[in-house]
Amino acid sequence: MINFILLIFLAAVTLGIVGLRNLFAIVVLSGGYSFVMATLLIVMDAVDVGMTEAAVGAGVSTVLLLSALHLTSTETGPSKHSNLLPLALVILIGAALIYGTWDLPMYGDPETPVHRHVGPYYLENSVRQTTIPNVVTSVLASYRGYDTLGETAVIFTAGIGVMMLLRGRRKKSDAGGAGQGD
Amino acid sequence: MKRNLILRVLAKILIPTLLLFALYVQMHGDFGPGGGFQAGVIAAAGIVLYSLIFGLQETQKAVPPLLVEIGVPLGVLIYAGVGVVTWILGGNFLEYGVLDSHDSAHGQHLGVMLVEMGVLVTVFSTMIAIFYTFVGRGR
Repeated sequence: MINFILLIFLAAVTLGIVGLRNLFAIVVLSGGYSFVMATLLIVMDAVDVGMTEAAVGAGVSTVLLLSALHLTSTETGPSKHSNLLPLALVILIGAALIYGTWDLPMYGDPETPVHRHVGPYYLENSVRQTTIPNVVTSVLASYRGYDTLGETAVIFTAGIGVMMLLRGRRKKSDAGGAGQGD
Repeated sequence: MKRNLILRVLAKILIPTLLLFALYVQMHGDFGPGGGFQAGVIAAAGIVLYSLIFGLQETQKAVPPLLVEIGVPLGVLIYAGVGVVTWILGGNFLEYGVLDSHDSAHGQHLGVMLVEMGVLVTVFSTMIAIFYTFVGRGR
């Protein structure tokens, strides 16, 4: 029931975003979208993902988008092309995704390959082998430690990528910029 | 932002709570939901909130950009460093069991805690570094 209400909220926010041309309102609404999404994830017992969604999706990235808006105009210009091709593309991809969900197992089904492969081994041995009762943490950091090292390296790469792309030009005007800032 | 009394008072209550909650999520990750990723982004959100209300200059006094830039690679180094230490102690890469010569389960626990710390440092620093870079462009 609560899932249903949250999904309706999600759809309403999405339709609102589609209809708007004011970028400021869109940024605020996408922050709201992230909060609804975080609630939905917590309802589905994915608390870790919910926390990340709330902090990154609704918190930090909203602020980042606002600071990007500060550099540009807050209204989208009128579109120069016909909307038909993008619309057809969206409908096609959406239909393909919905077709794909038919093959997904039911939510919470214990007989899926995910729950029958290595999952039971982790559940049985986590406390004995690592003394960590939270199996999510022991899988993430110990059993699948290589993957998490890779993820950390991805975040590191994203960080230096943004810094190298956006910092380069600021350095040149730093002498003038610092004076104006004070 | 001198006049926004309500925002400032609210922020002074919220920001320490956010940072404390981030630490809780980090340290309690072995028992409850959470870990380095979550703690890093929650702490970063707290710092971003601080800079929204008290300004970028005040924030950069509290969290210097240089420190943040060191933190981005430092976290990966901590993580990979744990792997190298386990190598030196005779185990496989990231095989935490060898960190404690008596009880491999305790070694696992210690290893997980250390790599989560590495994840926290990189995630937090990257978030703040991206934020500083974005905001720095507009000035």
